[in-house]
Amino acid sequence: MAATTVVTSPISQIADATRVSGHVEASRSGIWVGIFAIIMSFAALTSALLVRQGSGEWSHIVIPSILYANTLILLLSSVTMEMSRRALAKSAGVTAWIGITLLLGLSFVAGQYLAWRHLAAQGLYLATNPNSSFLYVFTGMHALHLLGGIAVLVYLLGRVIGGYTSLRPHLLDNTAVYWHFMGGLWLYLLFVISTRL
Amino acid sequence: MEQTQPQSVHVHAPPEGFLWKYVFSLDHKVIGKQYYGLALIAVFTGMILSWLMRFHLVWPNAKIVGLDLISKSGAPGGVITPEYYLSLLTMHGTLMVFFVLTNAPFAGFGNYFLPIQIGAEDMAFPRFNMMSFWTTAAAFLVLVLAFFIPDGPPISGWTAYAPLSAVGSDAGPGLGWGQNLWAISIGLFCIGQLLGSLNFIATTLDLRTKGMTLMRMPICTWAWFITSCIGLLAFAVLLPACLLLILDRMAGTSFFIPSGLVISDRLQNHAGGSPLLWQHLFWFFGHPEVYIAILPAMGIVSHVLVTSMRKPLLSAKVIIYSMISIGFLSYMVWGHHMFVSGMNPFSSLLFSFPTLTITIPATILTLIWLGSLYGANIRITAASLFALGFVSMFVSGGVTGFFLAQPSIDIYLHATYFVVGHFHMVMGVAAIFGILSGTYFWFPKMTGRMMNETLGQLHFWFTFIGTYCIFMPFHYLGLVGNVRRYASFIDDFMPALMPVHRFVTIAALITGAAQFIFLYNLIHSRFFGKPATDNPWDGTSLEWSIPSPPPWNNFGGKHPVVYHDAHQYGVKGEKGDFIMQDSPETAAG
Repeated sequence: MAATTVVTSPISQIADATRVSGHVEASRSGIWVGIFAIIMSFAALTSALLVRQGSGEWSHIVIPSILYANTLILLLSSVTMEMSRRALAKSAGVTAWIGITLLLGLSFVAGQYLAWRHLAAQGLYLATNPNSSFLYVFTGMHALHLLGGIAVLVYLLGRVIGGYTSLRPHLLDNTAVYWHFMGGLWLYLLFVISTRL
Repeated sequence: MEQTQPQSVHVHAPPEGFLWKYVFSLDHKVIGKQYYGLALIAVFTGMILSWLMRFHLVWPNAKIVGLDLISKSGAPGGVITPEYYLSLLTMHGTLMVFFVLTNAPFAGFGNYFLPIQIGAEDMAFPRFNMMSFWTTAAAFLVLVLAFFIPDGPPISGWTAYAPLSAVGSDAGPGLGWGQNLWAISIGLFCIGQLLGSLNFIATTLDLRTKGMTLMRMPICTWAWFITSCIGLLAFAVLLPACLLLILDRMAGTSFFIPSGLVISDRLQNHAGGSPLLWQHLFWFFGHPEVYIAILPAMGIVSHVLVTSMRKPLLSAKVIIYSMISIGFLSYMVWGHHMFVSGMNPFSSLLFSFPTLTITIPATILTLIWLGSLYGANIRITAASLFALGFVSMFVSGGVTGFFLAQPSIDIYLHATYFVVGHFHMVMGVAAIFGILSGTYFWFPKMTGRMMNETLGQLHFWFTFIGTYCIFMPFHYLGLVGNVRRYASFIDDFMPALMPVHRFVTIAALITGAAQFIFLYNLIHSRFFGKPATDNPWDGTSLEWSIPSPPPWNNFGGKHPVVYHDAHQYGVKGEKGDFIMQDSPETAAG
């Protein structure tokens, strides 16, 4: 579907220069706007937690310790994400760094799955009590959003294997912004579930 | 003039084949029309549901031929049961609020005209745009499916108050799979609107053409931009709320269902949930939703009025600032829907104050419209009549908001027809007038043909007088204590009010029938209307600088340069008493 058109009229040349940067800017704005919407969703869930806590049947649960290991993995993946951005600037080693980031991301999701298995082994399911409900909802929603980031990483890896020239830097920059946000969001959620649940 | 190297621009190629041209199109104009078409189907469905409700209210035992074919249990022998009345009520509200009032003025017209008005060839993310529409269309199909399942549509109202909406089929018909479909549909709708809002915001911020500063954007572009900001926050909250509702219904969690709830002699296996939590989450979305419906209509009406009056509005800037403050305040007032919910009375006071405050920017808007009209030699067209009708409805419906904003009065009026009258006029009918005004105004641009003016004005007078006849009496009914949501009043304490109800029903049938004049005009003009020129209304904004209908890439591969704001009317220009936004000429008095 996509085609490349070269526009040559004098006025258009100037307008087009802003147009190309406009699309780059738009994708950056898009990421931030999307992040804002996700923050709103989790703020709503947090307020739901506070209200639900006030209405009773609330009992403390110990969160699985593997969540702390997962946290380290996710934070490490943010570092490797930055390394891949630097690698793209130097045009060297970008495949490896994106690959490592992807692997770390997948390890985090696998780790979250182990945490759910651990909870289930204790008899704590989604509907067991409000605390377990919120634990599953928070971790599940975060994992779902992270899988979105993982899908983009897979796409980027495909592009980068196809050759550096086909990977526009702003794509990786925007993915990095989202990925770091996922890390930040997870730290917030970990704080909430470890202090409130 | 600064020299730059030619740049290669990635634009999508003209689509080929029916499927890519009209179904899975990436073109914002096709997507805009798709949204409009979906809203058209939804509005006529919703209207027929309202006919059924009005009919049942005054002739509760009358048989409606063929209705039993749609629902055997809901209308045995064609007679609507009280429960089915509630199903109709739920579906009417859901269809109208989500699929009409959100889809047409915001997603429909916004998609079509926002990129053109800022001089862009498409939205920032055309694929997201297509996904946004098809997610919304899927949401519509899922919702309508509820009519055709044995369980029937839900009976919990468009607000789906918990615990009724959360407990399942024990509580009545439609609360099994009907309510599941409702929750899934609204969840999908949220995703569609989030994608759409994201697109609108990024497009407005970053794809404006050279010279199109923010303050030079037409007022309706501003309205769509502000609405997309509101929508982003509102639907981002309704989505997790729907998720929690689905979990309560399908996974056995207890977010909204309290302990010890016995329904139909059965103790519900839930504990500790908070029904008020649903109301807080829902209305945090629900009140801004009112502005998602009305702000684009305000923008469209300002745009139509300024073009029809042939002189600038008193202050376009103040209109924009007022709309921004309405958008901002809309997030602080949700509790005014919950004065009778059992919420702490002190909270009611806190919510009452910003609710009264929001009337200030709303009043400023009205005064600017009316003040600008003073001394104007307005061109009377169907579009400008509907714009004036909007102002009338907005004032008449808005004035009752002052009453309802005060908890002490709301406690008496909340469960009565007074509230129904209020929100139908200020949100429903006013926004519909905005949509209709926009339709008559932009139809020539969208199709290259004019609509029939005589039929358009006939449609206006029927609709204008008709809607007043329907909704004004609601206020009086409410004041004498006529409760809402009841399926009939025959054996109740309301028989004395039945003549009023009969009058309303007859008015509703006539006003509804008049909408078929519009439908005929719309379809007939599409194929046989008089050919339209590029700028039939002598407008100044960029959509009038391109052919009618616009080519697939809007500006034919060129990019306009903008020199003025969109309010250059009443001046001496080359083409008449106006100067186009992309014309370098300067106003000469």
